[in-house]
Amino acid sequence: MKKFTVLLSSMALFLSLAANGFAADTIKLGVAGPHSGDLAPYGIPAMKAAQLVVKKINAAGGVLGKQVELLIQDDQCKPEIATNTATKLVTDGADVVLGHICSGATKAALGIYNDARIPVMSPSATNPGLTQTGDYPNFFRTIASDDMQAQLAVDFAINNLKVKKVAVLHDKGDYGKGFAEFAKKYLDESGKVEVVLFEGITPGAMDYSSIVQKVRREKAEALIFGGYHPEASKLVSQMARKRLKTLFISDDGVKDASFLKVAGAAADGAYVTGPLDLSKVPLNAAAIAEFKAEYGADPGAFFQEGYSAALALLNAIEQAGSTDYDAVTNALRTKYVETPVGNVKFDSKGDAEGVGFAMYKVENGAFAEVK
Amino acid sequence: MEYFIELFLSGLTRGSIYALIALGYTMVYGIIQLINFAHGEIYMIGAFVALIVAGVCTIYGFAGVSVLIIAAIAAVIYASAYGYTLEKIAYRPLRGAPRLSPLISAIGMSIFLQNYVLLAQTSDFLPFPRLIPDFEFMEPVAHIIGSPELVILVTTVVTMILLTLLIKKTKVGKAMRATQQDMSMARLVGINVDRIISLTFVIGSALAAIGGVLVASYIGQVNFYIGFLAGVKAFTAAVLGGIGSIPGAVLGGLVLGLTESFAAGYVSSDYEDVFAFGLLVLILILRPAGILGKARKQKV
Repeated sequence: MKKFTVLLSSMALFLSLAANGFAADTIKLGVAGPHSGDLAPYGIPAMKAAQLVVKKINAAGGVLGKQVELLIQDDQCKPEIATNTATKLVTDGADVVLGHICSGATKAALGIYNDARIPVMSPSATNPGLTQTGDYPNFFRTIASDDMQAQLAVDFAINNLKVKKVAVLHDKGDYGKGFAEFAKKYLDESGKVEVVLFEGITPGAMDYSSIVQKVRREKAEALIFGGYHPEASKLVSQMARKRLKTLFISDDGVKDASFLKVAGAAADGAYVTGPLDLSKVPLNAAAIAEFKAEYGADPGAFFQEGYSAALALLNAIEQAGSTDYDAVTNALRTKYVETPVGNVKFDSKGDAEGVGFAMYKVENGAFAEVK
Repeated sequence: MEYFIELFLSGLTRGSIYALIALGYTMVYGIIQLINFAHGEIYMIGAFVALIVAGVCTIYGFAGVSVLIIAAIAAVIYASAYGYTLEKIAYRPLRGAPRLSPLISAIGMSIFLQNYVLLAQTSDFLPFPRLIPDFEFMEPVAHIIGSPELVILVTTVVTMILLTLLIKKTKVGKAMRATQQDMSMARLVGINVDRIISLTFVIGSALAAIGGVLVASYIGQVNFYIGFLAGVKAFTAAVLGGIGSIPGAVLGGLVLGLTESFAAGYVSSDYEDVFAFGLLVLILILRPAGILGKARKQKV
């Protein structure tokens, strides 16, 4: 047993020596996210994206003439592990970090990176507070925050549909209720629209005819619903059954083929927000093709965002001419970079400009983008 | 006033479906004191069978109400067969075992049937055809009560009248009542108790299947999980009305449906379930055996 411990510690010593030996002349890109456990499918695509980007950039001569080295750490999406992960990456000397994946883990880790003055970019943490509180000037993300959908839905209802009375419903879940609460907040702030109803409905309940009647009584011109497609299809079907002409506006959880299939004709005319159509972005197709050539499968969730984050971080170092914190964050905020999620730069809070959602309308059984 | 009527009718519709399913719980409980947790799954299977049969019928060119009737008959037959088999394999071998054993067996069957449908069909929500057409004469009042609600109400009333006649007027009904009162005595006077129990399961399942078909064509979607929530609500209705009592199940269903509808309409749909279950607690405090239930004397 003692022998084994000695062997193990000498191996560890050797490995750390080896790591330090190569450390001097590389740019270190930390990658943190769930790479094991049940949430691994959300973390592995971004990790693979980083590997693809680094491979490509190193083959082309690296960044500032140096090779890029990946430091990959697993956080299992758990906040308590994420702090260890962050400390490890800081000690290992990461220059920039791509991650974390889950909002909770990201929030736990951000303070550590902030103290160490390391720019962090998440491909997937959508919690609005991460950027909006201003607590983390080192944080950036290549995905739109949760409240942007609500903002879009509200702007659309006010400016395009010109409604005056709106009912807001949600399914009492984190996602749906979050969307609905933001929508109500923005509606109230606009001062142009009256929120006549704000209520939660029970998902899976047998019917929603009472609430549909209530929407009618309140004379709402539009119904904004936060939730997923099963409840949304039930709502639009029952509204059609009750001859209710109220406009239906909902979120990304409803922008699903099942909604069209289940609600059928009743879905026609419904508005839903959804991610921008990336199929026309040239780099997007290229990144997916690269992934397919390497792994022979379709990339999973947050692959494009991860790919974009890796590109944006390394591009910022190149533009800044060094790995200096102020220079890099300044480059992220001022220089546009061509990525699979579009041509982006980051605003003062760290949200990517030009990344986000579009409004879709159901027409003849398909989602059509509203220009 | 119109709003009140709308809510009343909506609650009545919902309540009559609860009542249809609650009857199955209460009849089985009345005879063998078993809470058949798999009953909600029978309701779900009824809806799925109707979906498949309706699909086939449409291919063969049937249209309108005829599809509904054929699908409903198929669902009733199929669900009854399920109920019969369920009793035979999961409950009959446990007759005479401690009361907890068949209860656990029932939970097991519920999980089994859910996952069976999940694997055999899909985990997705499936569109259910609008089998109940919009009647021409209903159009002026369609915003208050639609054709599906009308069909649901009429069907439930007719079904319940038939059930009452069966239990009160026929020989089989008499045997069922005798078995409910005293199983060993019924056996002594020559009633085939096992057959009566099977029959109870068959009738309960048939009612659940009717409920399943009606609800599915009303809300237009089915899923392997719909039986669970409907089962919980119907079970609540049965307890509310007094489990073991047939008029109690009907009353419990209607009271529950109306409470939910009025709570959603006048207070907030956030509190729909709070009111429904709050009412249950209140009634059980005042009348522990339920509204129409009779407290059984326990001989110790």
